[in-house]
Amino acid sequence: MALQDVSRNAGPPKVAFFNDPKIRGWAYQIVLLAIVVYIVVVGLENMFANLRAAHIASGFGFLEDTAGFSVSQALIPYTQGDSTYLDVYLVGLLNTLLVSIIGIVCATILGFIVGVCRLSRNFLVRGVASVYVEVFRNIPLLLHIFIWYFGVLRLLPSPRDSVSLGVFGLLNNRGMFVPRPVFGALSWIPILAFVVGIVASMVLLRRAKAHQMRTGERRPIGKWVAALVLGLPIVAFFIAGLPLSFDLPKLGTFRPTGGTTVLPELISLFLALASYTAAFIAEIVRAGILSVSTGQTEAAYSLGLRPRTTLRLVVIPQALRVIIPPLTSQYLNLTKNSSLAVAIAYPDLVSVFAGTALNQTGQAVEILMMTMLTYLAISLITSAGMNWYNAKMSLAER
Amino acid sequence: MKKTLLTAVVSAAVVFGYGLQAATAATLDDVKKKGYLQCGVSQGLPGFSSTDDKGNWSGIDVAFCRAVASAIFNDPQKVKFTPLSAKERFTALQSGDIDLLARNTTWTMSRDTQLGLNFSVVNYFDGQGFMVRKDMNISSAKQLSGASVCVNTGTTTELNLADYFRSNNMDYELVAFEKSDEVVKAYDAGRCDVYTTDKSGLYAQRLKMKDPDNNVILPETISQEPLGPVVRQGDDQWLNIVKWTHYAQLEAELYGVNSKNVDKMKSSDNPKIQRILGQEGDFGTDIGLDKDWAYNIIKDVGNYGEVFAENLGPKTELKIDRGQNALWTNGGLQYGMPIR
Ligand SMILES: N[C@@H](CCC(=O)N[C@@H](CS)C(=O)NCC(=O)O)C(=O)O
Repeated sequence: MALQDVSRNAGPPKVAFFNDPKIRGWAYQIVLLAIVVYIVVVGLENMFANLRAAHIASGFGFLEDTAGFSVSQALIPYTQGDSTYLDVYLVGLLNTLLVSIIGIVCATILGFIVGVCRLSRNFLVRGVASVYVEVFRNIPLLLHIFIWYFGVLRLLPSPRDSVSLGVFGLLNNRGMFVPRPVFGALSWIPILAFVVGIVASMVLLRRAKAHQMRTGERRPIGKWVAALVLGLPIVAFFIAGLPLSFDLPKLGTFRPTGGTTVLPELISLFLALASYTAAFIAEIVRAGILSVSTGQTEAAYSLGLRPRTTLRLVVIPQALRVIIPPLTSQYLNLTKNSSLAVAIAYPDLVSVFAGTALNQTGQAVEILMMTMLTYLAISLITSAGMNWYNAKMSLAER
Repeated sequence: MKKTLLTAVVSAAVVFGYGLQAATAATLDDVKKKGYLQCGVSQGLPGFSSTDDKGNWSGIDVAFCRAVASAIFNDPQKVKFTPLSAKERFTALQSGDIDLLARNTTWTMSRDTQLGLNFSVVNYFDGQGFMVRKDMNISSAKQLSGASVCVNTGTTTELNLADYFRSNNMDYELVAFEKSDEVVKAYDAGRCDVYTTDKSGLYAQRLKMKDPDNNVILPETISQEPLGPVVRQGDDQWLNIVKWTHYAQLEAELYGVNSKNVDKMKSSDNPKIQRILGQEGDFGTDIGLDKDWAYNIIKDVGNYGEVFAENLGPKTELKIDRGQNALWTNGGLQYGMPIR
């Protein structure tokens, strides 16, 4: 009886409006937001007032002015004296993204290999991996960059004595000069064939997997996939009448002309970023693998799985949950570290936009603000992608 | 609760509202209060501003800072130097980190009018040139189409280079570094065919190369590079001090007053010399200094000709002749305004 009484009266306890925890919570949030907005507004107002007081011109109009300087690597069309500072921004941004993305991909691959090797039962493999990690982790990145850059430059010959790489072009201390593909009018045919081949193989693979799940029997479809992905486009390429030619680099008075240039700055920055970050990733991978209890491995072995299969199917998927969050911060680090490019003339965002453009226009506040927001956006997007991947991997948890 | 919040808001507003105010007070008063002059110089350009192995600064820009310190404190040692890259220099001045920028900086209209800065005088008339390796057998800049060119970012050099190649319909690869040392190292390692900067800079940086004699400077001068000290805009008294420091050194040279004879010259009957040395009139007090200001400059640092000879002239490693930097009476461009 008494129990029932309690349960009947157990609605929300009557409290004063301003003591309601929900309302209070909201109120605190609103007050906090107001303070933040207020501080930002006052800060900005103050900044602009100070700029005016110091007679420093401000505004974003400069983005439409033409930039008078050239940039050594542009992934979008850029002509000096025609392109604007906005183009400079985009060129710099793309160069940053280029070196970051290839850096991240290679650092991840190398980091996983080294991380796994550090746990190898083979003494030599383990030793080499440990030395790698210690050496690369303990030397400042800027030094790595200089060593690679001036090392690479010293090693390579002058343009007059270029090393020929055969069909792959020329190599000298101005960079790697590779043939540039020139697509003919009908080149969409083999490209379409390639896409069709990939889609068809994906369907095949999915059906083969379903079949294996159902019956335990594996279908040998490797040959089919190869035929679809490689054979189909090649056949289409011939049918379309070979719609592809190459613009080959030729020796000139100075650096070779024609072809596409891979700058020594890009090569050395990429090597430095990838090898440096790989050392950290290796440690993360090692920690991740060690976090999976040995019971898992033993269970897999007793089911008859071989060591490599055990690693691939049992250990790594579980280790990934531990690996991904710190891996994300390594990716962010690599991207931010790419701004050290400015030391070796690689035209990244900081070098061409927050460097050259800033000095030519003098718009320090605007340019630094844009640059900071850009890095923030890149970081947030990377984190969001990795969080999504992390969530996907966690679903496998039982 | 409410009270603490309010205090927080108010104090944040106070911190933000007043904390960010740039230093707009009179620079001279600030400098006097600190007891020294904070001078922005290059990170190492022999002849302009560089350190020896004991860390002592020398060069004409360094001498200029010392001259200003002498005018204020009668002590050329009351200067602290801030080495700055080309990229950092204007921000350092705008933000008040330094009182004076004497860093081989080219006077251009946009720098003078858009950055909240004022150029004062030209302490070195220069022009941009090109350096190539001797074994390239190049004798004119017109032969450089297609070349890779090493430069410093954040300089006029970068823009003049672009103008020159564009107007001559030539193509080039720009290799731009933030620090001069890297520019020189990369050029020396063969990354570039050409190194370009102010001609004085070419002479100076060539000394740092592996094999200085294997590098030649091409005859073309492609720009005007009037180099001079810079101050913040809006402080006329400070601008006057900087301007007249240079003019005093030029006037002293013109009338034959130097660091060795300055005491004797005090009793000269030439009224022009008497005015420079504070024997007649009281020109120093009008710019916030005392009447010995110019006497101190000449006594401690020397006249313009002495400073030039000591740091850049034929007796130094740089071996630069006066050329455009001779006094106007000798066919040069250095022209001191009369002190009267
Ligand atoms: N006069 C030019 C160029 C000045 C400049 O930065 N020159 C370089 C190359 S000579 C330099 O001073 N380097 C010395 C250093 O950075 O320490 C300008 O004002 O933009």
